[in-house]
Amino acid sequence: MSETDKTTCFEPWNEVGKKPLIEFRGVSKKFGALTAIDNVSFSIYEREFFALLGPSGCGKTTLMRMLGGFETPSQGQIFIDGKDISTIPANQRSVNMMFQSYALFPHLTVADNIAFGLKRSDMPKSEIAGRVDEMIKLVQLGNLGGRKPHQISGGQRQRVALARSLAKAPKLLLLDEPLGALDKKLRQETQFELVDIQEKLGTTFVIVTHDQEEAMTVSSRIGIMDQGKLIQIDTPDRIYEAPTSVRVADFIGDVNLIEGNATTTANDKITIDWAEGQPALTAQTTANIKDGTKITFAIRPEKIAMSAKRPDDALNAIEGHIHDIAYLGNISIYKIRLASGHMIKAQAANTRRLSRRNYTWEDKVWLSWTETAGIVLTK
Amino acid sequence: MNFRKYLLILIPYSWLLLLFLVPFIIVVKMSLSDTEMAIPPYYPYFTLSEGWQGIVNFFSELDFENYIFLAEDNLYWKAYLSSLKIALISTFFTLLIGYPIAYGMANAQPEWRPTLMMIIILPFWTSFLIRIYSWMGILSQEGFLNQFLLWIGIIDQPLTILNTNVAVYIGIVYTYLPFMILPIYASLEKLDISLLEAAIDLGCNRSQSFWLITMPLSKAGVIAGCFLVFIPVLGEFVIPDLLGGADTLMIGTILWQEFFANRDWPVASAVAVVLLLLLMIPIILFQRSEQKQREAEQ
Ligand SMILES: Nc1ncnc2c1ncn2[C@@H]1O[C@H](COP(=O)(O)OP(=O)(O)OP(=O)(O)O)[C@@H](O)[C@H]1O
Ligand SMILES: [Mg+2]
Repeated sequence: MSETDKTTCFEPWNEVGKKPLIEFRGVSKKFGALTAIDNVSFSIYEREFFALLGPSGCGKTTLMRMLGGFETPSQGQIFIDGKDISTIPANQRSVNMMFQSYALFPHLTVADNIAFGLKRSDMPKSEIAGRVDEMIKLVQLGNLGGRKPHQISGGQRQRVALARSLAKAPKLLLLDEPLGALDKKLRQETQFELVDIQEKLGTTFVIVTHDQEEAMTVSSRIGIMDQGKLIQIDTPDRIYEAPTSVRVADFIGDVNLIEGNATTTANDKITIDWAEGQPALTAQTTANIKDGTKITFAIRPEKIAMSAKRPDDALNAIEGHIHDIAYLGNISIYKIRLASGHMIKAQAANTRRLSRRNYTWEDKVWLSWTETAGIVLTK
Repeated sequence: MNFRKYLLILIPYSWLLLLFLVPFIIVVKMSLSDTEMAIPPYYPYFTLSEGWQGIVNFFSELDFENYIFLAEDNLYWKAYLSSLKIALISTFFTLLIGYPIAYGMANAQPEWRPTLMMIIILPFWTSFLIRIYSWMGILSQEGFLNQFLLWIGIIDQPLTILNTNVAVYIGIVYTYLPFMILPIYASLEKLDISLLEAAIDLGCNRSQSFWLITMPLSKAGVIAGCFLVFIPVLGEFVIPDLLGGADTLMIGTILWQEFFANRDWPVASAVAVVLLLLLMIPIILFQRSEQKQREAEQ
């Protein structure tokens, strides 16, 4: 698929001398005593699909609102196209925002809501109706054009808000949880539409989402926020495979976190002592770790193999009992209780029918993984 | 089950019956009677002591004479029209002054809003009559306003404001301003700020976003405020009586005079019935718009 193309061809953040479309320089935002955004510096490039991910209340909306010009930074500067954003009035930026609360105009019909921005632009009157129809089709609102916002469902409202922000085809589009209220199928379709629009129009997207899968599929880069800080900005695969901190590893996907003390054995290898009576783990890392350093070893459930007998060639193998099984259809998550009291999650594909499953509750199993399966984290 | 449901509507209905319908019927009956120098000053009375014949006699004595009189004497029509004019103009000015005040209140810092609200409501704590009398003190030839204007040198002859229609307008606008401000404020305060942000985001400047978003969304408050001012002003009699002059003509004052100066209760009742019928029109319109608003908000 185009995934590999994307990573090889589209990496403006790696190009030397490339001018970013958006640049945050040491931006902080305080609400009274609360620091909602804490000294954030980063860049977003033209044509990027930038996803902001983070726990509720971490400052995603605030960051977006500053980009939209609805909040002014308490400190630092934001540049769009090299221009300080505070010098351009909000209604003259070629930025459109889709609000988390939708902010649909209750007194206007769906069609008039979508046409609202177009009527304020220099688009000729004769073209507006056509454009509105196009947008209504795009978000599959069919014949709801004449309804008022209170006469449609929550998901439909969200689509109206999306259509309204897309209608002007702005250079930069800020979407604050644009697809949260849609069912899975419609959400996926709309995601593809967004990617399509982006490829057609060259729009730069900044999108806030709580759906990690969504962030993974659509974005060129993901920014992980936590308590007002951007703690990692990376491509989806690196965010998942190479998180730089426990926070990121823990926030994205499912992960087992094992704390222990590191001892360097070879150039890029360490052993981790982590529990009484448990064999030390071996892991590969490029980081320079002093002996005796406290580290966290992070390993994802799908990287752990399960077997009834100890695999002969396995470098890391530990024994435990199945505590719980969560059946998710295509896969199952097994919770394995170790003698030391640790709980480790392992994932297995359900290639067989449920009735013919290999393991069941309280079975003794061996967990094993290779030395490159997990990551060693020092913060 | 059904019985309880009826009981529930019975209470407000019997309330209405007692406090509105019964007095209204008495007034209608009075308006169909003739004047007499007696106590009470009209004829016939309704008595049950003479039996069925008495009731028949009673009804045969009623007629529409007073209404015909109202229609023929153009004083009344002029008074109705003049009241209408005064009510319309003062509603307009109340809106003109009230809207910006409500807008300012709704945009004030949240911690200031209760205080501002208090200031708007505060006048209600003193008697309405006292407030109108103090306006007489302000507006008279030697009043504060004239003294002030003379002192700063804008005028060199005191203005005659008291006992003119201007004083009536000032009095009405002053008295009814809170009735305009409060509903408008309520609708503006409900207004979601993110709607204005969205409008600006979509390319509006501040005045466009006001006319395209704020104004239409506060329409319900404006309509409610206008009716709340217009309806009572139409029948107002204290303000024109105290602040108005010889050329101030309002149906409320006429009504008062007929009742208490002329002691012509039947004609006064006819005036009241016609006034009530006239008021029905705006009241029905008001209820319609409230209904529509509620449907839109559901
Ligand atoms: N206008 C404001 N006044 C005071 N505090 C605010 C204001 N706006 C946001 N905050 C606070 O700033 C922090 C960040 O809020 P923000 O809305 O950016 O979170 P978020 O990441 O968008 O959360 P969610 O995922 O729930 O939408 C929160 O603690 C919030 O309470
Ligand atoms: Mg948010």
